[in-house]
Amino acid sequence: MAEHDLILLTILIPVLGSILIAIAGERYRDVREGISLLSAVLLFIVVYLLYQELPESHLEAVKLATVMPGLTIAFRLEPLGILFAMIASFLWIITTIFSIGYMRGNGEPHQTRFYVCFAWAIASAMGVALSANMFSLFIFYEFLTLTTYPLVTHSGTDEAMRSGRLYLGYLLGTSICLQLFAIVWTWSLTGTLDFTRGGVFGGESSEIVVTVLFALYIFGIGKAALMPFHRWLPAAMVAPTPVSALLHAVAVVKAGVFTVLKISVYLFGLDELASSGAADWLVFVSGATIIIASVIALQQDNLKARLAYSTISQLSYVIMATVVLAPLSIIGAAMHIAVHALGKITLFFCAGSIYTASKKKNVSQLDGIGHYMPWTMAAFTIGSLSMIGVPPAAGFLSKWYMLLGAYQAQVWTVVTVIVISTLLNAAYFLPIVYAAYFREPPRTITPHGEAPAPVVIALCLTAVLTLAVFCYPGPLLELVRQIGK
Amino acid sequence: MTHSLVLLVVIPLIATPVCILLHKRLLIWPVVFTVSWITFYIACDLMLAVRDGGEIYYYLGSWAAPWGIEYRLDSLNALVAVIVSGVNALVISFARASIFQEIPEDRIYLFYCAYLLNLAGLLGVTVTGDVFNMFVFIEISSLSSYAMISLGKHRQALLAAYRYLIMGTIGATFILIGIGLLYAVTGTLNIPDLHTRLSAMETSRTVITAGAFLTVGITLKFALFPLHSWLPNAYTYAPSVVSAFLAGTTTKVFIYVLLRFLFSIFGTGNMFDIVSLDKVLMICALLAIYSGSISAIYQNNIKKMLAYSSIAQIGYIVLGISISSVAGLTAGIIHLFNHALMKTALFLCVACIVYRTGKVSLKSLGGIGKAMPWTMAAFVVAGLSMIGVPLTVGFISKWYLILSALNQEAWWLALAILTGSLITIIYVWRVVEAAWFRTPASELRSGKIREAPLSMLVPLWILVIANIYFGVDTGITAQMARQSAELLMGMP
Amino acid sequence: MEYLTGQYNYWVVIILMMIGFYIVISHGNLVKKLIGLNIFQVSVFILYISMAYVRGGTAPIDAAEYSLYASPLPHVLILTAIVVGVATTSLGLALVVRIYRAFGTIEESQLSHVEEDD
Repeated sequence: MAEHDLILLTILIPVLGSILIAIAGERYRDVREGISLLSAVLLFIVVYLLYQELPESHLEAVKLATVMPGLTIAFRLEPLGILFAMIASFLWIITTIFSIGYMRGNGEPHQTRFYVCFAWAIASAMGVALSANMFSLFIFYEFLTLTTYPLVTHSGTDEAMRSGRLYLGYLLGTSICLQLFAIVWTWSLTGTLDFTRGGVFGGESSEIVVTVLFALYIFGIGKAALMPFHRWLPAAMVAPTPVSALLHAVAVVKAGVFTVLKISVYLFGLDELASSGAADWLVFVSGATIIIASVIALQQDNLKARLAYSTISQLSYVIMATVVLAPLSIIGAAMHIAVHALGKITLFFCAGSIYTASKKKNVSQLDGIGHYMPWTMAAFTIGSLSMIGVPPAAGFLSKWYMLLGAYQAQVWTVVTVIVISTLLNAAYFLPIVYAAYFREPPRTITPHGEAPAPVVIALCLTAVLTLAVFCYPGPLLELVRQIGK
Repeated sequence: MTHSLVLLVVIPLIATPVCILLHKRLLIWPVVFTVSWITFYIACDLMLAVRDGGEIYYYLGSWAAPWGIEYRLDSLNALVAVIVSGVNALVISFARASIFQEIPEDRIYLFYCAYLLNLAGLLGVTVTGDVFNMFVFIEISSLSSYAMISLGKHRQALLAAYRYLIMGTIGATFILIGIGLLYAVTGTLNIPDLHTRLSAMETSRTVITAGAFLTVGITLKFALFPLHSWLPNAYTYAPSVVSAFLAGTTTKVFIYVLLRFLFSIFGTGNMFDIVSLDKVLMICALLAIYSGSISAIYQNNIKKMLAYSSIAQIGYIVLGISISSVAGLTAGIIHLFNHALMKTALFLCVACIVYRTGKVSLKSLGGIGKAMPWTMAAFVVAGLSMIGVPLTVGFISKWYLILSALNQEAWWLALAILTGSLITIIYVWRVVEAAWFRTPASELRSGKIREAPLSMLVPLWILVIANIYFGVDTGITAQMARQSAELLMGMP
Repeated sequence: MEYLTGQYNYWVVIILMMIGFYIVISHGNLVKKLIGLNIFQVSVFILYISMAYVRGGTAPIDAAEYSLYASPLPHVLILTAIVVGVATTSLGLALVVRIYRAFGTIEESQLSHVEEDD
């Protein structure tokens, strides 16, 4: 099949899937979940085929519609996009397996709406990944916000509604006020929004303009959760765990940092950023975000909140590595998107598993839980190691490249921040592991077993993958090396 | 010479007495329906002719201008005629059931008469090339809309209509004074002729006074910020269908009238240069955007919320005009078209809700999305369009507006526009949240409330799809708007 | 002085206009408001009519003894405007009657009380 059709299929499969899911409805729930799983598998196959096409790709954009002269909705194959699409589509399969166990195990309401919105969110994420210009990326970025909103407010409680408002307010607010502003400004300056190697500015705009524009983009991408626009992410944790796992550890937040990488490499160009110094300030902001978020994570007792703050800090790793602007650190940043996705989704799956089996939400309640849930806690340990960046977990790889890049560029701030935050990561993850295995469980506890099988299978899969990527990093490295080339 | 231009006005005008003669309620709607779609067809046909072949003239009674009355169609009023007749055709297709329910049976035929008169008046204002003729048509449409508003179920409708009548008549009289002063100076009433004679002479104080009277009169008619007090109650208490029709057409036509006077008659930017009218309009527009949007947040009656939102959206249109560049005017004119699409769709959604539940307060709508999924889905799409989410017409408007502001290097203006749309999110989302995520009230849960009938859903969804279609394919709208803007700015 | 007396018709128009406007704004009685509106409109009619008048001129009759004509066009125009004015007034009065039936009063001050109850 031609590259052209395959790209369109990445959007079409989840959309068609969602329609079929809606038709199947609550009455045929096995069919509904079957369709969900099937479209996830199909989508991954399509993305994989696209990955195979990548070397021969003629890099021509696939135009879907021309909205205004020069402004098109178009898609293009490109290594970074493929990387993001691969992660999102692959983890969608696993998350669907997990969701089946979780949603049934907890008897959640509105399950059809859940699966439909989930498929839409994936379609939007695919659109973000494969967009050929900033205009189309913005469209799918906004759709991603809107389609995940019903998932955040899923439970319909007052708390969920409040969080939903916060979620929408932050994400739409930043994207409309700052990002759209920046996009129109770019358009009026350069007359193009296409992602081009080396950027679109061509050194003609003044340094101040480029700096302001870059800042508008960076803060406009609220999904990257850079402080001070990070509050939506902990708020979004009221959603059911599969949502937190796939969307708020992978699809949504990664769409944010992916966009940051994309505009840095393909809209501004690394050389332009380096020569104008437009990105220098960002090292400090992202560094501060890493440290502050880690410190906040230390104080969180709610497990998902702790994971959320950990995500905020890990996202800023990607941003910080990007703005070091060295080739090696770009590799590190791109790898971290993949590696953190695997690690964090494992951790969220574990949180979901613990909640399903024991209804526990807080870190302080986890004493001795490793005895009841050995598989879950083993996976949790691997995930934690990956977050900290210890071999044999994949997190080590990306941190290694980031450090190399920072060393290469002689940016000592970055090295310091990485070292400090590694310590902090260890400080908020290892006590959980310790308590789970080495503390006595409280006597009042009613013994419980593992979560339902689909849940455990899902989290073991991602944990194993986290290890596998460390052992066989070849394909991943190959892919990220092509970025910007 | 083609007669279709004058038929645009004559057909609804003749259909009015026909309605009185028919008197039977079952026969009237098909007549009005046919008339509406015929006028829409003619308007589209004319617009395409104008797009490809330039202006169209029609001399009434074959008396050549400037002595006789001339009808004249260029790309600007061709677009407005399409908006008016298109919104009308969809609203009428929608209206049948809603009118039966909301208006006393013995008055239905009179209602349709007023409705057709209103249509004839609005189309007349749009196509005429004679300013006094324009005044007469303005009054025809206004008088009939007072009558229609007063037919609302709630007794407040009477007061709203009365207040609108007082304000509207003052506005119309101001317009009349302005026209009189212009006539005293130039001795002509024909629009192109007025322009030639005015540009040949120095701008005297009389002309400036005329400009002031006209601007105040016209802005009062389309409810620009400080003169907007009549609008919220009029839209709130009018029959649902009438609100949809007025929101989609009346304000648009009067903005067109303002453009006609400020640009085609006084000459491009003349008033802007001499008395800085553009600054005044810009301030009013910004205040309209913010006061309208903020008031909308605090409304519990959805119709009133939409009415205040109309005030804000009118602000966006006028903001585009006040930038007074080709890009700004293009943005304003595109938003003229786009706002007609989204606001009519929203008011029709409310009409569906009123038809099924009889209620318009936000509280009574908790969880209505379950009972009326198609209606509320339409509301979500149209609401997103108003916020300006990509792939809807609202986004196109915002894009052009921001672009035109940035072209003038007025970055603060661009920021103001964007912040305005943030407030839009708040009031649109209050409804979306209530409709879809609140637990349904007991009445809704009992299953008594059903989805609106197909005869209402189909026109509604045609509008909703138009909201998306013209958000993806801006070919026709952007081209027409650009042509009109260039015309108004005096570029060949 | 010439400035004042020479164009006295315009002064009359302005005075009438302001009287009418003042009544519309200040009076609470809905009928009185309509009367004010009428005065306001009539002042504009006079503006048109007096504007077209030529001292010593007559109606445009094609006869040898007349050579100075007043412009007929504004007079014709204002006939139309008078008709519009009549229609507005009658519609307004009809509304007042309906308001009286619905609210039992036509005083603005009492109406606003009723409004708050609704």
